[in-house]
Amino acid sequence: MNFDFSDELKQLRDLARRFLAEHSSPSVVRSVLEGRDTYAADLWRAMAEMGWLGAAIPEQYGGAGLGYEGLCVLAEEIGRALAPVPFASSAYLASEAILLAGSETQKGRLLPMFADGSTIGCFALAEGSGNPHSGAVHARCVGGRLTGSKWPVTDGSIADLAVVVARDEAGEIALYVADLTASNVSRRSLSTVDPSRDHARIDFAGADVERLSGEAGWPMVLRLLERAAVLMAFEQVGGADASLEMARNYALERYAFGRPIGSFQAIKHKLADVYVATELARSNAFYGAWALSADAAELSLAAATARVSAIEAFHLASKENIQTHGGIGFTWDTDCHLYYRRSKQLALTLGSAPWWKDRLVQLLEMRNAG
Amino acid sequence: MDFNDTPEEAKFRAEARAFLAANAEPKGRARPVLRGGLDVEAVKRCKSWQAKKADAGFAGITWPKRFGGREASAIFHVIYLQEEDNYAVPRGLFEIGLGMCIPTMMAYADGEQLDRYVRPALRGEEVWCQLFSEPAGGSDLAALRTRAERDGDDWIINGQKIWTSGAHLSDFGIIVVRTDPNVPKHEGLTFFFLDMKSPGIEIRPIHQMSGASHFNEVFFTDVRVPDAQRLGAVGQGWKVSLTTLMNERLAVGEVHRPDVEDLVELARSLVVDGASAIRNAAVRERIAEWYARTQGLTFTRFRTMTALSRGQTPGPENSIHKLVNASKLQDIASYGLDLMGAAGLVMDDDLALYYAMFQQALLSSPSGRIAGGSDEILRNIIAERVLGLPADIRVDKNKPFNQVPTGPR
Ligand SMILES: Cc1cc2nc3c(=O)[nH]c(=O)nc-3n(C[C@H](O)[C@H](O)[C@H](O)COP(=O)(O)OP(=O)(O)OC[C@H]3O[C@@H](n4cnc5c(N)ncnc54)[C@H](O)[C@@H]3O)c2cc1C
Repeated sequence: MNFDFSDELKQLRDLARRFLAEHSSPSVVRSVLEGRDTYAADLWRAMAEMGWLGAAIPEQYGGAGLGYEGLCVLAEEIGRALAPVPFASSAYLASEAILLAGSETQKGRLLPMFADGSTIGCFALAEGSGNPHSGAVHARCVGGRLTGSKWPVTDGSIADLAVVVARDEAGEIALYVADLTASNVSRRSLSTVDPSRDHARIDFAGADVERLSGEAGWPMVLRLLERAAVLMAFEQVGGADASLEMARNYALERYAFGRPIGSFQAIKHKLADVYVATELARSNAFYGAWALSADAAELSLAAATARVSAIEAFHLASKENIQTHGGIGFTWDTDCHLYYRRSKQLALTLGSAPWWKDRLVQLLEMRNAG
Repeated sequence: MDFNDTPEEAKFRAEARAFLAANAEPKGRARPVLRGGLDVEAVKRCKSWQAKKADAGFAGITWPKRFGGREASAIFHVIYLQEEDNYAVPRGLFEIGLGMCIPTMMAYADGEQLDRYVRPALRGEEVWCQLFSEPAGGSDLAALRTRAERDGDDWIINGQKIWTSGAHLSDFGIIVVRTDPNVPKHEGLTFFFLDMKSPGIEIRPIHQMSGASHFNEVFFTDVRVPDAQRLGAVGQGWKVSLTTLMNERLAVGEVHRPDVEDLVELARSLVVDGASAIRNAAVRERIAEWYARTQGLTFTRFRTMTALSRGQTPGPENSIHKLVNASKLQDIASYGLDLMGAAGLVMDDDLALYYAMFQQALLSSPSGRIAGGSDEILRNIIAERVLGLPADIRVDKNKPFNQVPTGPR
């Protein structure tokens, strides 16, 4: 049994933690939250230089070839530091889409640009309200020209390229790469519950796009969501851990009734429950990491499980962190709300908890039938 | 990251599998083995299985070779339990003795005593029980009142223990008693082992809410115990008790039924609002949540195994298993009955679904949240020992025990 990351990856994790503590400090997060920046561009460049953006991209396409476990380790630290960068959009979704559904030429051309950070990618699936559903995809590509509206698209106003889910002439679901700076594409930044991450509405009015020429169809979209769900679960676990640590530290330092509030059982037991939820989520994320890097048949169920646990853990940890802080936890200047906002941002992109729970049971039913 | 055994672990696993395949019945999911009281026949089955297991070298895996153990690391014990879990082997008689009593003996008894007691316990010839809890001392174990007074080379014990699992089936017991009420509670305790057939011991079964009688009240009237059976110094009983309780922690998660898979089966077979219950969104959400929790525990255990396999010792973070499992069992049982509607009340064997497994679990599951450290105590352990939050304030801390306020019991 070796159900743990290797020593090299643990070193990478420690390095990433130290680096992000300095370069993705709360003031960096706030500069995006408060609208002074659209994302942390310096941090993004540094991440590119360290090879993080192409962590899971094979070396032949300009990546670092660290594999998915490497990407998971980084994701946890990025989540812990609330890094305000388009990492998930570019590395888990756009790059992955090209790896999975692109032709050899497309991979050779596009992946090195994502790996070196010169191009930011995003993933455009949603068209307004509702969870992922093939019937909700109305965007359509006819004769290489895409028409439709996508919103919200995470990192949509800072990305250069989008991988867009749309229907082809035959009405089948396919993936298209769109240059977001091209004509017939208009974008509008959206205000959201988590302004520390960019979101946009993108309107395509007959924009020139390129079809990813490999595998297509709705199952491909689900595969992408699944893989991203595992990586995002690590971000969520990192965020939950950071929220718990913040609550614990405050509980030790804040006094009421002549004693630290952390000596009251109502607080102790609350934080014990947060710990339990976070550890369960971490363990499920580990299994997801294994399934992802082994490309195991269990990946679908493992991903759904990891996502369900991770959403629950980060939500619980971030809301109870505010509660533990009392009034000061409700202020703009205290960082509690940064985690609370991010927990919802991560919970809503890629499909929300009810959708994943339903999917988890579908997968269980399929497994039991098969 | 992988789930593979090391070559040495794989070899051991293969041996364990071969032993089990040759000597035990594989466990089908169809009719779960439910834990009730042990009758005479069940006791016999437990004992003969234990002897077989010990003779084959699969009992006391971490124990010294001189007592019939393997001197192997804890990971091998866990591997064996994993394999054994696939078989319907008789259980429920030796867990406390081998898991807690004998390890305490090994830490404190002398060589001659160990030669006398360890092997018979390992082979299941002698059963041990743990006489800790009292009416006035459960979570607050150190508040116990059973007295022992010195009389020459002996001690005389008077008082009462309660909730003693298997006392009625036991040959020996470990006991912690008060030898000095004039000092603060933790300082006045002393630890012994004793013969459960000693004159003056009276064992009365307790009728549990589940209907079974698995634990007992044990009364002591002038029970004589030789000083040679003292474990640890006079006044050091608390320290010895902690050794016993430490061993409680590695209790490896037994699979409890009904589990989430049972709930899936149930939901498939039931109709809610004219459609199969498994199609109902609310039902699906609950199943998904319990499945995620179940898997989370499984993989937390794998992480623990990884640590064990690297030679680390299990710590307070292991409290997570019982804390999550006990409530999950209670909640799944209750929810399963909700799905059955009024028929969920019925326990008749011919009418109840799944052999009344959900109903029985409803009635037995409250114990899991109390025995071996209540939910609240486990949360305290996680908060204090894992997260480093302050200990509860103790109003009895430096007071002599006989001046500490108590309730009417
Ligand atoms: C099935 C079963 C088998 C058992 N077998 C044995 C055995 O073999 N040997 C043995 O010695 N004992 C045994 N016990 C006893 C068990 O260890 C005690 O029941 C347990 O420690 C709780 O003690 P109590 O029953 O006195 O409850 P109490 O300690 O009175 O607890 C009552 C309630 O108060 C809460 N509480 C107590 N202290 C605190 C605190 N500090 N903070 C917050 N809440 C608190 C508890 O969580 C609980 O909810 C067994 C119990 C059961 C149910």
